[in-house]
Amino acid sequence: MTDTVLGDRQKLAYIASQAADARLNVELETEGMTLNIGPQHPATHGTLRIICRLDGEQVVWAEPSAGYMHRGYEKLTEVRTFPQITTLVNRIDWLGSFANEVPFILAAEKLMQIEAPLRAQHIRTIFFELSRIANVGLFLGDLGVQMGAITPVFMAFRDREYVLNLIESATGGRFHPNFDRIGGLKDDLPKGWIDETRQVMRKLRNFCDEMDELLFGNEIFQSRTRGIGVIPKEIALQYGLSGPNLRASGVDYDLRRDQRLPMAWDKIDFKVWTHPDGDSFARCWVRLQETREATLIVDRLLDTLPAGPIMAKVPRIIKVPEGEAWVSTENPLGEMGYYIVSKGDLGPFRVKIRSASFNNISVVPWVLRGVYVPDVITILASLYFILGDIDR
Amino acid sequence: MSSPEAPVAELPGDALRERAVDDMRRAIGDSLVDVLVKPGDDLWFRVATDAWRAAGLALRDQLGFDYFCFLSAIDWMPSPYGRGEDDPTAPPVERDTAVRQGYTGGETRFQVFARLTNTTSHFGVTIKTDVPDDLTVPSWVSAYAGANWHERETHEMFGINFAGHPDLRNMYLPTGFEGYPLRKDFPLLARMVKPWPGIVDVEPLPGEPEGGDAEENAE
Repeated sequence: MTDTVLGDRQKLAYIASQAADARLNVELETEGMTLNIGPQHPATHGTLRIICRLDGEQVVWAEPSAGYMHRGYEKLTEVRTFPQITTLVNRIDWLGSFANEVPFILAAEKLMQIEAPLRAQHIRTIFFELSRIANVGLFLGDLGVQMGAITPVFMAFRDREYVLNLIESATGGRFHPNFDRIGGLKDDLPKGWIDETRQVMRKLRNFCDEMDELLFGNEIFQSRTRGIGVIPKEIALQYGLSGPNLRASGVDYDLRRDQRLPMAWDKIDFKVWTHPDGDSFARCWVRLQETREATLIVDRLLDTLPAGPIMAKVPRIIKVPEGEAWVSTENPLGEMGYYIVSKGDLGPFRVKIRSASFNNISVVPWVLRGVYVPDVITILASLYFILGDIDR
Repeated sequence: MSSPEAPVAELPGDALRERAVDDMRRAIGDSLVDVLVKPGDDLWFRVATDAWRAAGLALRDQLGFDYFCFLSAIDWMPSPYGRGEDDPTAPPVERDTAVRQGYTGGETRFQVFARLTNTTSHFGVTIKTDVPDDLTVPSWVSAYAGANWHERETHEMFGINFAGHPDLRNMYLPTGFEGYPLRKDFPLLARMVKPWPGIVDVEPLPGEPEGGDAEENAE
C-alpha cells in the first residue's frame, strides 16, 4: 500500500489508524475501536467479514477477510475432464452462471482449434446477456435494501424470475444451466422461445425504467452515493478492477468490444457505458445502463439469429492438445477468465481462474480508508461482489 | 472446424505484439529470457527472476500495460497421484513426475506467472518467471497494488515467498495449516479415500472406437 497514491483524507485516516493502534485519537483523545461487519450480515452478500478499525464514526483501517466459501476449484479442475469442469465453474458466480462457462469453453476450444457454429455463438451470447440481466437486475434491487428501501428488491426478484424462466425453458436449469459444450451447445432453442424472450426483454426494460425513477432519481439514494467511495482511474487499473467498476471510473474498456472472440458481440452495435465520477453512484448507474443495454443486445441478436447447426464436429472423447490459452470475457461482475494449461490429457494440467470479484474487493482496504461507517455499506454494495466469485 | 469468420492470424495486432517485444528487450535487456508471440492471438514473456519487479515496472510505465489482471503460479511437476482415479485399495501406481515446462520454457519446478493488459491498445501479455530453490520472488505490490492479494493467495497455495510484500498472511487457509494445496504433490484427499465415480463419463460407448474421431483428435 505504501507506493499507492493516497488522497489527503486517506493520509489523515492513515495517521489516525496509527493512533487507533495505540487506541487513542489524536484530536479528540478518544479510544479507537474495532468493528466487525459480518461474516453474517445482510449487507455483505454472503459470508464476507470486514474488519474495520474506527476512529469515532470514521473508518481508519479496513480489511476484508474472505475465505468462508473457498471450495478449491483450481485444485478440483486438475482431477476432472474438460466437459466435467463446466459443472464446477457454473458455481463461481452463481447469479450469472452461464457466463462462467463461456470463457472456459472458449479457452478449451482455442486450444483445440475449433470454433462453435455461428448459431451457437449467437445463442451463447444471448444466454450470456440473459445471465447478465438476471445477475445485475438483482443487484439493482438489492441496492435499495442496502440503503433502507425495501420495495426495489421485490421488483427485482419478480422480474428476474422472467429471465430465469427463460433460461430454464431452454436449458433445464434455472441457476446452473450447464448448457455450454466444447464445440457448441447442448440443444437448440425451444419453440416459441424467441417471442417469449422479446416480451420479457420489454418487461425488463420497464423494470430498468422503474429502477431509474424509483432509486436513481431518489434524493436519499443520491445523497448516500454521490461523491462517496471515489476510486480514481489509476487506482482502478492498478487493482485490476473490471467491469462496471472500472468503467465507472472513466476507463472505456469492455472485453465484449475490445477483443476478438468467437461470440456474436461484434455482429451487432451496442454502447459501452462509462461514467467519469468513479463514486458509488457511478458504479450503480453504469450497471443500470448495462442492464438496459443487455436487453437491447438480446433483442438485436434475436433479430439476426442465423440458422444452422449448434454443434461443431468434436470427438466424443475430448482431449485438448498440449498448450496454454487465456480467454476472458466481460462477465456481469467484470473480467472473468481462465488460464488453461493442457498437457494433451483428458483434463487440464492447471487452470487459473481469474474471477472479477477477487480483484474488485481487493480495493476495499484502499477505498474504505477514511469513510464513515454508514458509507461502508453503500460502497460495498456498489462494488458488487458475489462471495463465490471471490473465494472460488 | 473454424467458421467462415476471418481467421485469427489475419487480425491486426501482430505489429503491436512485435513492437511490445522490442520495447521490452530495450527496457530490460538480457533479463528477457524467452518470448513467444502467437500472431494475432497472444504474447508470452519469460524474464529472469531478479528482473521480475523491474519487468513489472517496465511493462507498466514503458509499455503501457496499465491493467493488472492476475498473478499466480504453476507447479510443473506432474502429480504423483495422477488424476485421482486410482483404486485406493490397490498398490500405488508409479508415475513419471519429470518436470516439463510449457510455453517459453523454464528451469524450475515452480513458475510464477501474471497477466497484464494494455487498455489503450487492447492486448495482453502473460509474463512468467522461474522460482529459484529458496522459493522467493520479488513482490509486485509496489508496481501493481492489486498484486497484494494475488501474492498472498499464491503464497499460501504454493508456498512461494514474495520479497517486499507487506503482509503475507493466509487468505483462505487457517493459520498453521500444513502443506500447500495447489502443489501437485498435495493429495486431493476426497479422491484418496473413495473411488471417483465420474470416470464412467469418459468411457467410450459400446461400438465406438477408442478416442472418437481420429481426424478431430489430431492437433
